[in-house]
Amino acid sequence: MRLEIKDLRVFYGKIEAIKGISVVVNQGEIVTLIGANGAGKTTTLKTISGLRPVTSGSITFDGQDISKMPAHERVALGISQAPEGRGIFPGMSVLENLEIGKYFRKDRRNEMKEDLEKVYHLFPRLKERAFQAGGTLSGGEQQMLAIGRALMARPKVLLLDEPSMGLAPMMIANIFKIITEINTELGTTILLVEQNAQQALQRAHRAYVLETGKVVKEAKASDLLNDPDVRAAYLGTGANAH
Amino acid sequence: MLNLRDAGSHFWDRLNPIQRKIFVVVAIAFLFVVPYLNEFGPTSFLNTPIASFKDALVYPIGMFVLMALGLNIVVGKSGLLDLGYVAFFAIGAYTGAILSTTTGLNMWEILPIGIALAMLSGFILGLPTLRLRGDYLAIVTLGFGEITRIVVLNSKFTGGTNGVPNIPPPPKVGPVVFNIMNPQNYYYLIVVMILLTIWMIRRLSVRRAGRAWEAIRQDEDVAMLMGVPTLKYKLWSFTIGAAVGGAAGVVFASKVMVIAPGMFDFQVSILILACVVFGGIGNIWGVVLGATLLAYIPERIRFLTDTRQLAFGLVLVIMMNFRPDGLLPRKKREKIKEKAKETK
Ligand SMILES: Nc1ncnc2c1ncn2[C@@H]1O[C@H](COP(=O)(O)OP(=O)(O)OP(=O)(O)O)[C@@H](O)[C@H]1O
Ligand SMILES: [Mg+2]
Repeated sequence: MRLEIKDLRVFYGKIEAIKGISVVVNQGEIVTLIGANGAGKTTTLKTISGLRPVTSGSITFDGQDISKMPAHERVALGISQAPEGRGIFPGMSVLENLEIGKYFRKDRRNEMKEDLEKVYHLFPRLKERAFQAGGTLSGGEQQMLAIGRALMARPKVLLLDEPSMGLAPMMIANIFKIITEINTELGTTILLVEQNAQQALQRAHRAYVLETGKVVKEAKASDLLNDPDVRAAYLGTGANAH
Repeated sequence: MLNLRDAGSHFWDRLNPIQRKIFVVVAIAFLFVVPYLNEFGPTSFLNTPIASFKDALVYPIGMFVLMALGLNIVVGKSGLLDLGYVAFFAIGAYTGAILSTTTGLNMWEILPIGIALAMLSGFILGLPTLRLRGDYLAIVTLGFGEITRIVVLNSKFTGGTNGVPNIPPPPKVGPVVFNIMNPQNYYYLIVVMILLTIWMIRRLSVRRAGRAWEAIRQDEDVAMLMGVPTLKYKLWSFTIGAAVGGAAGVVFASKVMVIAPGMFDFQVSILILACVVFGGIGNIWGVVLGATLLAYIPERIRFLTDTRQLAFGLVLVIMMNFRPDGLLPRKKREKIKEKAKETK
């Protein structure tokens, strides 16, 4: 598995939201994309998934150029996303939400039980709530469901858009712990978009800092944790915090 | 407020299989005697004052129910707002009218052709427009409905303003004769078509198509992220809806024997949509009930000539205020626990 974005540009009408970024995600990594509101993080993930068209540049997945491929075919290749705001189907039960995560899998009948077990093992809460409507779950439960549903597709790379958004500190810690588990135990590669830079940089191997549509820094995550600029801008601690 | 839908489904759930069979038999027997209700003392109040009751059962009532079910596949299932549904009805009707008057084909032979043509036009219209979202689609379909009517109005082969006269009725099937003397047989034909449509919708709803439509309606972007080929399924719902409208049109033409462009104007699209919304978007039984009432009431109060439309509109406004989700809204599914036991 290797996901490579090269000189990507994306427009909303006349507004250029992504101004030529290059990002690489290698097999087995957790790569994080941090940046302030409006930096273009969500746009990047949407473009990788095929919800937004590419204006120029390329997205290659395992050597294949996928920048023109319809979204549903990218899922079949192994790209899954838990979108910003979770995107739970409110009128479907937890179980139905999980089932639809397998929508395109040819062998879904046989895989279903095994993968449900896998997701329930990661998120026991979802098993208790299996027949509750998705729209009535708490924010934390919805986030679990969004990640679990993306895993049902057996992704090679999992795209997570701000999984910590709107969650209490305990739940944030829990979600990040599970993200590491997914990476180490299931061996799933992860591209993690976050505003919670502290947690994201602690969990990730490598990181990119995005500012108004451009990559301004690219480094090992642990290095960025100690980078004074990053600390000042994203970790809420000035240079004098040491 | 009394929840008719839940009351209905509880009633059905409590029946054992034998009781259910009896209920279905009674229901079908009831549908069979409906055309004669106006002749029977206690139910004679149902009689429609101007149109004959049996004719009113065919059009508007039966036709509206059938078309509302077809439109519900588009609006209710996959959440696409189609404001030009009458176009498919017109395509079916003109196919029936032109082919039966110019070729030797009878209505039964034309029916599949009319359905196919309606589906084809649905496909051609849908392919470029279903990529658009929400409001755009509503405008484009509205335009399509009007264009269809204008083309029909101005073309030679459709008879222009005069329309197509002398459309032959369908040949008899066994002992069942179709002519002006026996309007109830058209009614029975439409009941069969309605039941087939309901059966088809229920089959599709529990399958992959149903899941895909549900996902598209609730959140189209997320549906794509789940690997649902959204364009394909939107096209499907659009063309299946068109097929039902086309079928209704073919039968309609052979029943009324003369068709003209005025029968297919924008108002019909809106009325059918009103039936769907009034009854309960997405709920088959709600749509059936809504269409029955909205088609029947104006016929029943026809003696009010001047104030009829006003009274009708008032009823609609008041109703929608009290039941914004329609008479029989679709399940909200806040708690779906009872299903747990069935599946486990
Ligand atoms: N649908 C849209 N139409 C027009 N502009 C958009 C649209 N979506 C996003 N943008 C713009 O693109 C830029 C990047 O937005 P994006 O949602 O990718 O940011 P983000 O990094 O995910 O921010 P956040 O952390 O707040 O989620 C912003 O300036 C935003 O206003
Ligand atoms: Mg975002």
